[in-house]
Amino acid sequence: MVLTNETIQLKLTEKFPDQLTDWLEPYGMLTFTAPKDLNLKVLQFLYNDAELRFQFLTDLQAVHYPDNKGAELAVVYHLHNLVDNVRIRFKIFVDIDKADVFSATALYRSANHMERETYDFFGVNFIGHPNLIRILNVEEMDYFPMRKQYPVEDQSRIDKDDEMFGR
Amino acid sequence: MNEHILLPEGSIEKQTTTLNLGPTHPATHGVFQNILELDGERILKSTSTVGYIHRAFEKIAERRPLYQITPLTDRLNYCSSPINNMGWHITCEKLLNVKIPKRVDYLRVIIMELSRISDHLICNSIVGVDSGAYSGFLYLMQYRELIYEIYEEICGSRLTTTIGRIGGFERNFTPAAFQKLEKFLKEYPKTLKEFENLFTRNRIFMDRTIGCGPISAERALNYGFTGPNLRAAGVDYDVRIHTPYSSYEDFDFVIPVGTTGDCYDRFLVRNEEMWQSLSIIEQAFQKVQEFKGADAEVFHADSPAYYLPEKKDVYTKMEALIYHFKIVMGETEMPAGEVYSSVEGANGELGFYLISDGGRTPYRLHFRRPCFIYYQAFEELVKGGMLSDAIITMSSLNLIAGEMDA
Repeated sequence: MVLTNETIQLKLTEKFPDQLTDWLEPYGMLTFTAPKDLNLKVLQFLYNDAELRFQFLTDLQAVHYPDNKGAELAVVYHLHNLVDNVRIRFKIFVDIDKADVFSATALYRSANHMERETYDFFGVNFIGHPNLIRILNVEEMDYFPMRKQYPVEDQSRIDKDDEMFGR
Repeated sequence: MNEHILLPEGSIEKQTTTLNLGPTHPATHGVFQNILELDGERILKSTSTVGYIHRAFEKIAERRPLYQITPLTDRLNYCSSPINNMGWHITCEKLLNVKIPKRVDYLRVIIMELSRISDHLICNSIVGVDSGAYSGFLYLMQYRELIYEIYEEICGSRLTTTIGRIGGFERNFTPAAFQKLEKFLKEYPKTLKEFENLFTRNRIFMDRTIGCGPISAERALNYGFTGPNLRAAGVDYDVRIHTPYSSYEDFDFVIPVGTTGDCYDRFLVRNEEMWQSLSIIEQAFQKVQEFKGADAEVFHADSPAYYLPEKKDVYTKMEALIYHFKIVMGETEMPAGEVYSSVEGANGELGFYLISDGGRTPYRLHFRRPCFIYYQAFEELVKGGMLSDAIITMSSLNLIAGEMDA
């Protein structure tokens, strides 16, 4: 039997009624949003369910939406079911001032470096991570550089006009 | 800082020796560090540190138009930058909904498989070097040179290629490029055979690599392994088969798998993949030659908004001038959306997660770098082994510092 996006959505809504929102399929990949304290439960369900079997964590990262007050940081999981070859993506949104998210390291060893990277660049605090320290940046750094308030270029420059040169 | 581990009563030393393997040790083949706790020559504990050449590509990409991000992708896995370039172009084309002609797909397949060969030959011959056989490395190196000459003929550069554009190639392959490709296809199999004769059943090499740094299939999956390292553990996951891109579904090839996931299996899997790549290149070469007439001249997609027009059109046609200006100045707005697209890089699944809010630059771009993810297993792979096994394990995992640190 082919595992379709509809089946996955049906199974998930059955298990978590009314808790998962924003069902989308951009470019064919099923995407949804989960409440932030449910992320481990959703991951666990996707991992253990005999039909879903999303046992490969492809990618984990965060996105910063500064205008989304109270839910500025999105942590995005990309999961892959290697048996049926289906990918899904789900997001959780957290407040940037208390960005506490449960760590997926107990389920996926691969989450270790990815969560450290996400912490390093966005300041998402993964609860239960065995070694949550900076990974690519220097330890002395006291801010989270991928957040949108830190622009790439020196904003005091006046010879470059944002109208003309993108963001 | 590592704590010394106290050794049991009766040992020669009281406590373990700390050894810094890297960041600039020649045997690490790149800038990353391992702090080892040694009992004699046996590794009791290893702590890996990465980030020495972090260059903030994801941040820089947030301020660059799509075509300016291509040079950044070169510098991920610099042993096979064309695959990174193509992966990035394919991601953009998915977002921009650009339809790619078949001939371009086949030309891309040729380039990607060539770079897979150039990456694997480096990796495998380096495993040879680290186990004490230098000649294989020097012997194969001349064929990497041939591959680089083909790149040079196509795009003008060798290591950091920035090959192709969104929508195709900047120009058609020249006859000289095809000649060089033919030369390579003719000469390389012989050399690869000799290289295999030198290593595959070599008693010293086998003793050095069999059982060295093994990993089981479940552990490998849990650690996020992809590419040859995962296949050596016995999982036949290959992006080219699972999610075909660039018309890989038109080609007939086999995915080699190993069983134990040790250095020897990784070596064998890479060698077999080189043979498969050669066969794919031959098939693609044949398919390219089957195009006749106007089809045989196609080297880019018809998408004027994203593909830079020809220079002579810029001087004579109004639309071409406008598009030229808009593309070069980075003023092309892209559709809003989020896309994840991945290619089978030389050392695993290289993914691009691109979020666009409808602006001129990506809102967020994340690279899924395979070796950043599977490097976590290194601490476990070398634990309990000898120091010299750690060196071989490191080189046979094909860790590329540029990719690890992005």
